[in-house]
Amino acid sequence: MRPPRLLLPVLWLLLMAAAVLVLVRARYSADLSAFLPRTPSHSQQLLVEQLRDGLASRLVLIGIEGGDARERAAASLALAHTLRASGVFLSVSDGAAQDAERDRDFLFAHRYVLSNAVDAARFSTDGLRAAIVADIGLLSSPAGALAQSLLRSDPTGETLQVLDTLSGEGAPHHEQGVWSSPDGRRALLIAATRASGSDTDAQARALGLIRTSFAASATATAAPLRLLLAGAPLFAVQARATIEREAVRLSLLSGTLIVTLLLLVYRSVGTLLLGMLPVMSGALSGVAVVALGFGVVHGVTLGFGVTLIGESVDYSVYLLLQSRPGISPPGRWGSRLVPPQLWPTMALGVLTSVCGFASLLPSAFPGLAQLGLYSISGLLAAALATRLVLPALLPAQLRVRDLAPFGAAAARALARLRVAPLALGCLALACTGVITAHRHRLWNLDLAALSPVSPQAQALDTQLRSELGAPDPGNLVAVLAPDPERLLERTEQVGRQLDTLVAAGVIAGFDSPARYLPSAATQAARRASLPDAPTLRARLVAATASLPVRPTALTEFVQAVDGARQAPPLERAALDGTSFALALDAMLWQEDGQWRALLPLRASASQAAAGAIDVGRVRTALAGYPPGTVEVLNVRQETDALYGGYLQEAIRLSLLGFAAIVLLLLLALRNLRRVARVIAPLLLAVLCVAAMLLAAGTTLGILHLIGLLLIVAVGSNYALFFDRSAADADRAQLPRTLASLLVANASTVIGFGVLAGSSVPVLHALGSTVAPGTALALLFAALLCPRALLQDAPGTRP
Amino acid sequence: MRIVGAVPVRVLLLLGCASVLAAEPDPLDTLLGQLAQRRHGVASFEQRQFLSVLKQPLDSSGLLLYEAPDHLEQRTIKPRPQSVVVDHGLITMQLGAHVRTLRLADYPQLAPLIESVRATLAGDRAALEGEFMLQFSGPPAQWHLQLVPRDPALAAQVQHVLISGENAAITGVEVLQSGGDRSVMHITPRE
Repeated sequence: MRPPRLLLPVLWLLLMAAAVLVLVRARYSADLSAFLPRTPSHSQQLLVEQLRDGLASRLVLIGIEGGDARERAAASLALAHTLRASGVFLSVSDGAAQDAERDRDFLFAHRYVLSNAVDAARFSTDGLRAAIVADIGLLSSPAGALAQSLLRSDPTGETLQVLDTLSGEGAPHHEQGVWSSPDGRRALLIAATRASGSDTDAQARALGLIRTSFAASATATAAPLRLLLAGAPLFAVQARATIEREAVRLSLLSGTLIVTLLLLVYRSVGTLLLGMLPVMSGALSGVAVVALGFGVVHGVTLGFGVTLIGESVDYSVYLLLQSRPGISPPGRWGSRLVPPQLWPTMALGVLTSVCGFASLLPSAFPGLAQLGLYSISGLLAAALATRLVLPALLPAQLRVRDLAPFGAAAARALARLRVAPLALGCLALACTGVITAHRHRLWNLDLAALSPVSPQAQALDTQLRSELGAPDPGNLVAVLAPDPERLLERTEQVGRQLDTLVAAGVIAGFDSPARYLPSAATQAARRASLPDAPTLRARLVAATASLPVRPTALTEFVQAVDGARQAPPLERAALDGTSFALALDAMLWQEDGQWRALLPLRASASQAAAGAIDVGRVRTALAGYPPGTVEVLNVRQETDALYGGYLQEAIRLSLLGFAAIVLLLLLALRNLRRVARVIAPLLLAVLCVAAMLLAAGTTLGILHLIGLLLIVAVGSNYALFFDRSAADADRAQLPRTLASLLVANASTVIGFGVLAGSSVPVLHALGSTVAPGTALALLFAALLCPRALLQDAPGTRP
Repeated sequence: MRIVGAVPVRVLLLLGCASVLAAEPDPLDTLLGQLAQRRHGVASFEQRQFLSVLKQPLDSSGLLLYEAPDHLEQRTIKPRPQSVVVDHGLITMQLGAHVRTLRLADYPQLAPLIESVRATLAGDRAALEGEFMLQFSGPPAQWHLQLVPRDPALAAQVQHVLISGENAAITGVEVLQSGGDRSVMHITPRE
């Protein structure tokens, strides 16, 4: 007894409902961990955290152009005021003097524990005399007013010493009391968002607030003021907006085109919807299986998964176009005549693709592994839906256009177009030649190639960054310790070694959390080197004996030193309300029970031009710490190495996948000649596309590689159908088969061709590889099938 | 007819008044205009400071160099060689082997004093008016420009800055501090 006809569809429906349930309850992740190896090294982990949440990921660089300097300064002050009041930002700096007041008060109040120059010699009689002599020299200079206040309260100049170590060389220029570019053409501000860099929604709101606040305040100037924005938040928001806009626009366009094509062929909306059943099943199952297998679904899987199983649209095309009306009475369903070779050929095609995508499964990168699992489960589900469910739902009499005449005409055209196999061999050689010629710059290992941010936006970012002296996350020293005190002590030790590198000119400077919050041990040592009040008074009398300064004028100084000696240790809370709190929190934090510090290194202008710091020398200088406690990171090298590793692994696995496909075909077809007939057009198409891309000046990236994999996955179906027709010498069915292949290929070329027109690099790469590649695979498969098959196609001679 | 004729006469009178005003502009503007034409200058200075932190007056002397509009350099020769450069909002001091650069914006008590001299040399009246109340007196051959700080915080420290000059040359700068401290600088143009 046959099971009731609707048993399978109902079962299928239940399975899909279960998949939806899994889907709804799954966890989704949009962060960078898809691109982080499953077992990341310390530096890789730190790097990704830094890129995702670090201060650099929150800094918005703001420029104001147009008008005159006064108008720009007024706009800058007004904007900073509005942004500060909004509470959206951790800090907003425009360089205005009043901002610095709290900072100065903090530095002045704690100068004796913050200054790295405080030691016993500085407060000896000789040390004091030398300091006072220098101050007297300054009295008669334009900075005389400063020298007077120094003499009274800070003759050894500790406040200046602290300011010196904190400000570095990269301090921005001032114009009309606010930061300005060195050429004085634009006012500059920096704002750090409260939201972390990975919260793109919040970043978008913060940027919107900057724009509206600026528009509201910058009114009525002679020449209109213009707002310039740069920084990581802008990049993140722009990139997402571009990808979303492109994805919606392109999928609408390609969707409309494909639906129009299929409607022309199917002549029924119902049939069209039935034809979509395998894709829908595949997409749902794919996400559900990934959610079950990995626990969390990455954004990249959702984004590209459906593209990868685009092949499953073809399955229903093959079924609908190759089957013929059955003999059952009209109106009965599930009784179409399916050509006997359809299912085995399709099954082999599905297995071939599965072999290809299975190569991604062992990847160390969750993103790739998930794409592999998604594609495999999605394709299998789509194929099963086509085999088991779709036939049961098809009415015997479809209004599908009979494309046999069209197929026959195509066969005739192809028969006339026949090219000698020798010519194809030459083509293969030529393509191999092009690839060999480009072998040194075959793969693009630069992660920036994936960024959808325009080169102009990146150039503006670089310019504002250098004008502002904003931290550029180029080189970092990471320090780890189990508690804050040990972390600060270790950081200070690293700092002393970095000081020698600064003196040697290896780096121009560095920043350290210990400058804002010295370790308790260092604070105690500095306090201990301060003399008590009677001793200091006696030393001052001796020091000023031969100098024109009255010792009594220094009373305030004696009180300050005495106060510092007895003050409680400086703690983190004392920094609240100053801009140093932000800097400290960006450089020192706790994670997973470990305390971490990051010390950004600064390259001198000449080093920056020559390609940055000699990281090797920094590493050598900082060798000798216990493993995992001090590491030197070059962010660019690390990200590129990460991506390079990603790409290398993908290339290796793809080659393995290709070998698996050859093995599968050998086992299934048991005929070397037939295996060659299937593999040759795929190989040729892959070679041609790679050569075309390289000749056009493109270097290949990860998405090109996935595109090449797709050419093999989709193209193998074409080659297998031709091979089956040739093996069976089935001339009667050939026109229908050929027509179904042409329709399937047309929909693939439309879908990916539209992607090729995208301005987003990843979409463009995928589209420009797959669209020509699948078309070529079909062409080569046709050209390589036996001549007689096409020539004698029925309909050729009616 | 007489009414018609009276209108042009009035217009002429009005125009006459205007031309009288145009012919005799604000003498401070005239002076600052002359100063602004000077693109660079070198002068020697002698300074005497009367400061409460000191036991006796402090004498110093050396060279002053100016490049329009915002480069000012004081090269002290006596009592010890020392150089202070003010350029584009940064003040760089060479103290022995140690060079120290400060941002003027970080020192609100310092910036206006330096700005008073720079803006006068540059003939930048707007900048002067922004920080100080101005009082100009004397004939062009011996003028005095008194600057009184507008900012109360600064006024608590500095009573006034008095700049004197002869025609288009500055010959003296005197700073009187609120506590009675005082410095007097005599300037002799070299070029």
